Amino acid sequence: MAEAAKDLSTEKVTLDNLDPEEVKARIMAKYPPKVARKRSKQFVINKVGEDGKTPVINANVRTVPGLMGQRGCCYAGCKGVVLGPTRDIINITHGPIGCGFYSWLTRRNQTDPESTPDGHNFMTYCFSTDMQDEEIIFGGEKKLKQAIQEAYDNFKPKAIAVFSTCPVGLIGDDVHSVCREMKEKLGINIFGFSCEGYKGVSQSAGHHIANNGIFKHVVGLDDTIKEGKYRINLLGEYNIGGDAFEIERIFDKCGITQVAAYSGNSSIDAFANSHTADLNCIMCHRSINYVAEMMETKFGVPWIKVNFIGAHATAKSLRKIAQYFGEQELIDKVEEVIAEELPEVEAACAEVRPRTEGKRAMLFVGGSRAHHYQELFGELGMKTLSAGYEFGHRDDYEGRKVLPDIKVDADSRNIEELTIEKDPERFNPRISEERKAELENSGFEFNDYDGMMPEMPDGAMVIDDLSQWETDQLIKIFKPDLFCAGIKEKYTVQKHGIPLKQLHSYDYGGPYAGFKGAVNFYHEIDRMVNSRVWEYMKAPWDKNPELAATYACD
Amino acid sequence: MLLRHTPTEIKERKALTVNPAKTCQPIGAMYASLGIHGCLPHSHGSQGCYAYHRSALTRHFKEPVVAATSAFTEGASVFGGQANLLQSIDNIFTVYNPDVIAVHTTCLSETIGDDIPQIVAKARADGKAPAGKYIIHANTPSYVGSHVTGYSNMVKAMVDYFATSTGAKTKAVNLIPGFVEPSDMAEIQRIAEVMGVPYIMFPDTSKVLNGPLTGKYKMFPEGGTTIEDLHMTGDSKGTIALGRTGAMAAARALDSKCKVPCEILDLPIGLQGTDAFVDKLRLMAGVNVPDVLNLERGQLVDCISDWHQYLYGKRVGVVGDPDQVLALTKFLVSLDMKPVHIVSGSPAGKKYVKALEEVVADIGEEVNIKVPGDMLLFHQWIKNDPVDLIIGNTYCKYIAKDEDIPMVRHGFPIYDRMGHSYFSTMGYRGAMRLMEQILGVLMDRQDRDATDITMELVM
Repeated sequence: MAEAAKDLSTEKVTLDNLDPEEVKARIMAKYPPKVARKRSKQFVINKVGEDGKTPVINANVRTVPGLMGQRGCCYAGCKGVVLGPTRDIINITHGPIGCGFYSWLTRRNQTDPESTPDGHNFMTYCFSTDMQDEEIIFGGEKKLKQAIQEAYDNFKPKAIAVFSTCPVGLIGDDVHSVCREMKEKLGINIFGFSCEGYKGVSQSAGHHIANNGIFKHVVGLDDTIKEGKYRINLLGEYNIGGDAFEIERIFDKCGITQVAAYSGNSSIDAFANSHTADLNCIMCHRSINYVAEMMETKFGVPWIKVNFIGAHATAKSLRKIAQYFGEQELIDKVEEVIAEELPEVEAACAEVRPRTEGKRAMLFVGGSRAHHYQELFGELGMKTLSAGYEFGHRDDYEGRKVLPDIKVDADSRNIEELTIEKDPERFNPRISEERKAELENSGFEFNDYDGMMPEMPDGAMVIDDLSQWETDQLIKIFKPDLFCAGIKEKYTVQKHGIPLKQLHSYDYGGPYAGFKGAVNFYHEIDRMVNSRVWEYMKAPWDKNPELAATYACD
Repeated sequence: MLLRHTPTEIKERKALTVNPAKTCQPIGAMYASLGIHGCLPHSHGSQGCYAYHRSALTRHFKEPVVAATSAFTEGASVFGGQANLLQSIDNIFTVYNPDVIAVHTTCLSETIGDDIPQIVAKARADGKAPAGKYIIHANTPSYVGSHVTGYSNMVKAMVDYFATSTGAKTKAVNLIPGFVEPSDMAEIQRIAEVMGVPYIMFPDTSKVLNGPLTGKYKMFPEGGTTIEDLHMTGDSKGTIALGRTGAMAAARALDSKCKVPCEILDLPIGLQGTDAFVDKLRLMAGVNVPDVLNLERGQLVDCISDWHQYLYGKRVGVVGDPDQVLALTKFLVSLDMKPVHIVSGSPAGKKYVKALEEVVADIGEEVNIKVPGDMLLFHQWIKNDPVDLIIGNTYCKYIAKDEDIPMVRHGFPIYDRMGHSYFSTMGYRGAMRLMEQILGVLMDRQDRDATDITMELVM
């Protein structure tokens, strides 16, 4: 089962005997020349070199107005993605009502308030200053102060975060000073985020701003070293459909202690304490690599890239964690757990695979998911013809080795870069230089991510910031068996007669992470690609329109 | 408990909205634009707005919702969005080729003061808008009104841009629905059709946001009001606007622009609401009410009489958009039910509140009304004084579950139940459906609470 996933990169993808460059040119031909030039750099035909080097892709650049892409905004990345799932913070959206409303429960982050002693859970609430025109004219700081006061009076939270929307940035409300003032007054942690929607070019800017804010205002506030032998943080796992619960279940079983999760099923207290962990494991590289980097610089916590999507990937990630700690007891335990969990997964895969083998998928989602889910498709014997990210950067595609080559443009420059230094007292390198070198020599990768493209076959189309036009063309040309994207794309694709699996909300299913998640996913994909509904689109009279005979009574 | 922190003590809040019962203007404008045939809605602002609005509408309708965006980044926010909109217009006509682009603004472009007509004029001058193609616009600042206001503004823009008066009146009646389901629009049209009334409905999202699955995706589906029809609205005999907050502005604009007299009615929800609509349509078009409608009406009255014992005296909390809330409240009172907590998130004015107060004046109980109000307050009222039934959008389900109260979903958004875009709650048949839903949840509750002794087979 695992083999298929592994071998993908050595295989050339079959594109129905079409030359991918020609297909690309055909799709680009519709665009005005300037747009075509720009899009061409974001629409790359994959070709993996010996050293894992891939073609350069243009990413994290502005969307062309009018093209209908998949992206959201900075606010969505900051409040919606990163901070939203933290249940015990009151998140106040400072702005007109819409932004708060749309980010209210719609991302499906599951949480278990009983897993922290105070049982706080504000995720089911939507807090907004509901700015009116007079606040736009005269400023909204007064209203924000009052709103924070009212949130405190009514709910007595231990922390309040404030998120700025587009007009707040324009009229110049200083949310940070309001937060400082109210923090002093109320004696609880109150902090703000300048995550106005127009910042950056996608959600990604908001992730960065959220990471900075959490790091500045929360991480490191609680130095208590909690019990547990192998203590890690899981970063960039948002607990959609209970993914984080499944991963936590596996960690528990292996004897690995999760200090904090960013930010599925998360609590602010765990963030405050997270710098005491001994290893950071990153799931979604794009949304949260900043926190891992900063935690390493300041506190000496190393980080590794993991992937718990797919049974093979899960096993690999567990082994990597065990290898890092290097203790035989853990290594054995991990092997034992894998051996225990895999039979059920393999049985499910064996049952489903004959029905999914050879089917073809396209994935356009997120900033790691379009990569991670290829593992699961590999396990099902499915091929990924084309994939791309909604808000990825070049390193998400090509690997972190390209980081020095990425030029900082105006849209990135307006996001605060924190200068992080070694904490004079609390910096503690978790492993010795010798041990680190030893691990690295054995092929263990710290602080690295190879990106999506090296793991995709030659000839696959890697497309950044896919547009509606390109979506329609890809579907018409290749008729994939399955398309993966989000809610905005779902029904458009399905009208073509192609099933779409939502990989943000999971179509309200899941979990898909870990071992149990893999089983769920196999069954779900089997259901989708083999559903009878796709045969119903033509009525019998459309299939055979001639009137061949008349009835006797005529 | 899902809303475990909701305090029973009600403290006045001046600045903090918690659990809003409304959202912002642009989504309403986007929805309205989808009701023009061959139209691509365009959000002039940063990407988040259009992404959120498309997502919300898609989740509600479970249908493709296309729209474009000016994709503002910081530069556009500082220097103005003209370059973005010009590029957008060029790209949209080149790549997607709609008949109309309907531009709505966002809080961002409103705050920086982008002048849409000026930018569109430049697009025309630069040759970026081909001949025969239209670009219309509505100003929809998110910090004024609500999604209903945005809907209303875009529907009014249809009049402003398209309605023309040739001087020759037709027999058609203009029908302007409020922010209602595609199924409701279809039902209103069906009633006009069975009455034999020539009509123009605008906007018309039926067959757009409840379209068929055929294996062929059409970015611009069959449905939607045609431009030709929109032009002709100025020659119609009269206009019936359904819902004051959603439809009145367009009707009034048509009256002053083209001298088409208008009548403003409540949404045709329930017996009296539908009666008023049918009667007005009859008088305006000069037709008789056909037997089929009399049959449907009689069936509804029959249902009311048969089901009355289960509905009588039941206390209800209602939350939603102003037009829906008013019409629903009237319907509930007509069934001898008692709407006791009433919240609408959208601002609707003092007259509106007064109208609501009059509807519930005789139900024999003190009634809580807050317009505009939020769902935290609604929940607090329910905590302090429980009801038998909640009617509201999907977000009410957290209250319903916590307080263990049966609930019927109505309004926008409904993310967690299917069918609303296919089965109308308007007209006589819609009233029967709504009653059936209400009765269903009440009887489910009775069955659930029954002991082995009190469980009834026949109810």
